[in-house]
Amino acid sequence: MNCNNKSIELMHKYLDGDLSKGEETTLRMHLEECEACQKHFHELKRTITLIQSAEHISAPADFTSAVMKKLPTEKKSMKYTRWLKAHPVVTAAAIFFIFMMSGVFSMYNQNSELVVSKQENLIIQGDTVTVPEDVTVEGDLLVKNGKLIIKGTVDGNVTLINSKLIDEPIQSEGLMASVGEVNGELETVDQVFEWIWYKLKDLFEGVFAF
Amino acid sequence: MDQIIREKIKQVKKGDQSAFEDVVSFFQNKIYQHCFRMLGNAHEAEDMAQEAFIRAYVNIHSFDDNRKFSTWLYRIATNLTIDRIRKRKPDYFLDAEIKGTEGLDMYSQLASKERLPDEEVESIDLQRYIHQEISELPPKYRSIIMLRYLEEFSLQEISDILDIPLGTVKTRIHRGREALRKRLRHV
Ligand SMILES: [Zn+2]
Repeated sequence: MNCNNKSIELMHKYLDGDLSKGEETTLRMHLEECEACQKHFHELKRTITLIQSAEHISAPADFTSAVMKKLPTEKKSMKYTRWLKAHPVVTAAAIFFIFMMSGVFSMYNQNSELVVSKQENLIIQGDTVTVPEDVTVEGDLLVKNGKLIIKGTVDGNVTLINSKLIDEPIQSEGLMASVGEVNGELETVDQVFEWIWYKLKDLFEGVFAF
Repeated sequence: MDQIIREKIKQVKKGDQSAFEDVVSFFQNKIYQHCFRMLGNAHEAEDMAQEAFIRAYVNIHSFDDNRKFSTWLYRIATNLTIDRIRKRKPDYFLDAEIKGTEGLDMYSQLASKERLPDEEVESIDLQRYIHQEISELPPKYRSIIMLRYLEEFSLQEISDILDIPLGTVKTRIHRGREALRKRLRHV
């Protein structure tokens, strides 16, 4: 056997666990009779042991916190979703109180009927409104007294009044989670003061609209 | 551990930033060490390791849950360090080959300045010395040697991390081992 090529190649195949039975025998028999290759083989195995004993290096103590500080801020929708989940829906009395205060009976009447600002291309089942995956809602979307699932895109602000944004469990063949997108503000209104604030803002925006 | 990481990644994908903190904390030493060995200095290593985690976070939705997260993370870190090296070194060095005697000569010459006389070897920290020898390999061999023997990835996983064919991984690990054998045989 040619020591410089063939047997050294076999040694590397051995180290990678790629040696066939036949090759193993060939290598073993050669090593038994060739001192140079024995030495080479020994050095290779020792090199690996040495590599594995290289100095271990630890990250600086504040590494994790430094990374966390540099991360972009969480998606607004997630914060709202989390906030919304943490706060229960308001009582009917509170809602009634708002009507009195804001005088918007036409908009927010006492019956809890589902109201959707636009309905084209949206799927409405019971009190659940879905923005399908391939749909882009152009402009603002308002949902009152219902649930909203956004799979597609809303190119505007989303306002939820006494409504919830639902996280859809994602089951799309191990692909990435494709949660829908809101390209504007996501606003949830289900508390007295929020509602008043919303109406006031609405009023001001109305007054100062261009 | 894999299962815990898997769960954490799911939470991160749902938008829970705090779950990512555990991921960073679990991988920080490995990734920092990988960057340090690739780059050879603490400052750049910290920068690149941080950047690797930030990129992983920003691009978390493009991570396929069926794959191993560590492989994906190492891939980001390795690409970042190689980009960094490319920016600071002339191309001939990065792409230096260690095949045949000519390549080795060139390579040994480059490193000869920092080489220690044999008699001093015993007196220094052997581990540090080995680290030094590894870090002087050309990057494309160094990354593979590190991934295989220090991070203990399989050859197939290394092929995934570096996005190069398995055959290429084998050729390079072969040459990397030979180069290190020559450099460490006197130890
Ligand atoms: Zn021989």
